[in-house]
Amino acid sequence: MPDALQVLNNGVPISWYLMLSAVLFVLGVAGFLFRRNIITVFMCIELMLNAVNLSFVAFANAHKQVSGQIFVFFVMVVAAAEAAVGLAIILTVFKNRATLNIDEIDSLKN
Amino acid sequence: MQNLWLIPALPFLGFLINGVFGRKLPKAVINIVAVLSVLLSFAWVVKVFMTAGDLGATPITEHYFTWIKSGEFQVGWDFSVDKLTMIMLFIVTGIGSLIHIYATGYMAHEEGYYRFFAYLNLFMFFMLDLVLAANYLILFVGWEGVGLCSYLLIGFYFLKKSATTAGNKAFIVNRIGDFGFSLAIFLIVVNFGTLDFSTVFQAAPGKPTETLTAIALLLLVGAAGKSAQIPLYVWLPDAMEGPTPVSALIHAATMVTAGVYMCARSAAIFTHAPIAMETVAIIGLATAVFAATIGLAQNDIKKVFAYSTVSQLGYMFLGVGVGAFSAGIWHLMTHAFFKALLFLGAGSVIHACHGEQDMRHMGGLKKYAPWTCLTLACASLAISGFPFTSGYFSKDAILSAAYGHAPWMYWVGVITAGMTAFYVWRAFWMTFWGEYKGHGHPHESPPSMLGPLVVLAILSIIGGFMFNVPRILENMFPIAEGAENMTLTYISVAFGLGGIALSYYMYVVNLGLPEKIATSFSGLYNLVYNKYFVDEIYDATVVNPMIEGSRAVLWRGMDQSVIDGIVNGVGTESRGVGGILKLLQSGNIRSYATWVVIGSVALILVMGAMEGAAK
Repeated sequence: MPDALQVLNNGVPISWYLMLSAVLFVLGVAGFLFRRNIITVFMCIELMLNAVNLSFVAFANAHKQVSGQIFVFFVMVVAAAEAAVGLAIILTVFKNRATLNIDEIDSLKN
Repeated sequence: MQNLWLIPALPFLGFLINGVFGRKLPKAVINIVAVLSVLLSFAWVVKVFMTAGDLGATPITEHYFTWIKSGEFQVGWDFSVDKLTMIMLFIVTGIGSLIHIYATGYMAHEEGYYRFFAYLNLFMFFMLDLVLAANYLILFVGWEGVGLCSYLLIGFYFLKKSATTAGNKAFIVNRIGDFGFSLAIFLIVVNFGTLDFSTVFQAAPGKPTETLTAIALLLLVGAAGKSAQIPLYVWLPDAMEGPTPVSALIHAATMVTAGVYMCARSAAIFTHAPIAMETVAIIGLATAVFAATIGLAQNDIKKVFAYSTVSQLGYMFLGVGVGAFSAGIWHLMTHAFFKALLFLGAGSVIHACHGEQDMRHMGGLKKYAPWTCLTLACASLAISGFPFTSGYFSKDAILSAAYGHAPWMYWVGVITAGMTAFYVWRAFWMTFWGEYKGHGHPHESPPSMLGPLVVLAILSIIGGFMFNVPRILENMFPIAEGAENMTLTYISVAFGLGGIALSYYMYVVNLGLPEKIATSFSGLYNLVYNKYFVDEIYDATVVNPMIEGSRAVLWRGMDQSVIDGIVNGVGTESRGVGGILKLLQSGNIRSYATWVVIGSVALILVMGAMEGAAK
């Protein structure tokens, strides 16, 4: 009887992983485009990043290459840094403007 | 090695010291630096003369460094001394020294004392460079340099509007001449491949006459600018705005004769271009008679002598033009003596009359300034061609050569000689005879001014037979064969004496006569008195159209419309495009994101389509 890892390795074709990744990414894009709350937008960005991460590890596994997984670590580091800086910015914006509506934060226009 | 470079370098050192530190130095030190630098230069000329041996057979040439090297073409910083240069060196440093000494007295109470002597020393440097040059480019450097110093010194009293205008006029008119000169230099480079005098003059006989004529005529344009010949003479009378020692040194004795020197130096080119020679002679003669008539009616003592200078320079060109190069140089030398003396004497007169320059407010000065009177009499005799004075020999040499060339030139020259004698002695009688009509008490000048006057007076009298230039330059410019025609000499002397006598009659004996003549020939008198309105004609035909043209075409048309238009147009257009593009920057993050998404989808589609097309 094959164990769980073998099932994952051989039983699930790579196209499934990629489809899942695409769905997640499109969800992230849609959330980014249609939601107005900055926190939500921010989470959508994380969602997109992780969708990409998923396709990275899927390819890494399919091609038996470690570089895809290394990329995932880099993306995680960047995402962590981005979360730290981004949340700090969001806090400051909220303090100054008393709003989290992304459409009202447009002082750089024109 | 004669170290010829020391001759110009010494005045240049004086210029550096006075020019850089002069403001802080006491007057005595400035005097010593300025005068000593020129005297040492003179001493070095004497030393070179004593030790050089026979310059006629072997000119000294010294090469210091290569200035320009471009393929085959090479210009070195070369100095060379032959007999012609030696004569010029003696004139420039000798008279230069005297005038420097004179200036220490004349300028004693002026502002900007150090500046004056710095410029004067700088002038000496460039002038000596000009005469020492062994190729046309080095000559041109000196040529431009003396023009610059002339400009600086004419405008020395720069708070006076008329002085700065006169400086500008001199500089701009000289530009026209220098333009011709530089074209001549280009032609020489193209046709000879070198600028060295020796090579050019050796090759000159083998070149086509048309080329040589073009070069010679362009050289003449340069010479006419520098030496104040028709039609470019207009700057010289105005140049009298400068201090009198400047008028004596630059605008009488040395710089203005550079054109004559250059033509004599280029004799090898001129002698093979007969048309150019004829032009030189005619321009010289025309200038001589034209300027002399203007000189008849001027009342400013320096203006009289200025027109006299123009007229005498015309004589020199006449000499050069009829092929008597050595006679031209001879007259250049004697003219340097007596004209420097006339100007320095005029300076002494002006000094005596407390700055008055109008001769109608002078008179009777022989009692107050006897030394000035005596020395000026010597100069006036010399310029009138009184027998055995210096002017007699040189003018006679030119006139007899002119007779050999074309008798009518001789007759015009003789009439001019009569007019010369008349206006110079008119100035003399008006200044020294009669009653003093000015203000204050006239007084004699200090010894530092009288010393140079006396030396120059002696030279004016004996300089002619002491230095027989045609004999000295015999192997450079062969003396024209032909019997001495004493009749010609008698006639020219008679005209000179007649001029003196007539002026004595009109300005001492019968004082009312000039007034009567002026009123009965008022049209002619006004024409001459106003210098034939040449300045006005130039203003109307050249200067004003140039100014108006510059305003309308260059300023409003070119600069304001085209250049400003392009620059401002580019700015306005960029602003307009930016105004449209800035609408994209909405500040709305979600719209940016939309663009990004659309863009990436489009990219993927395009890439997919291309992939499909490739298969």
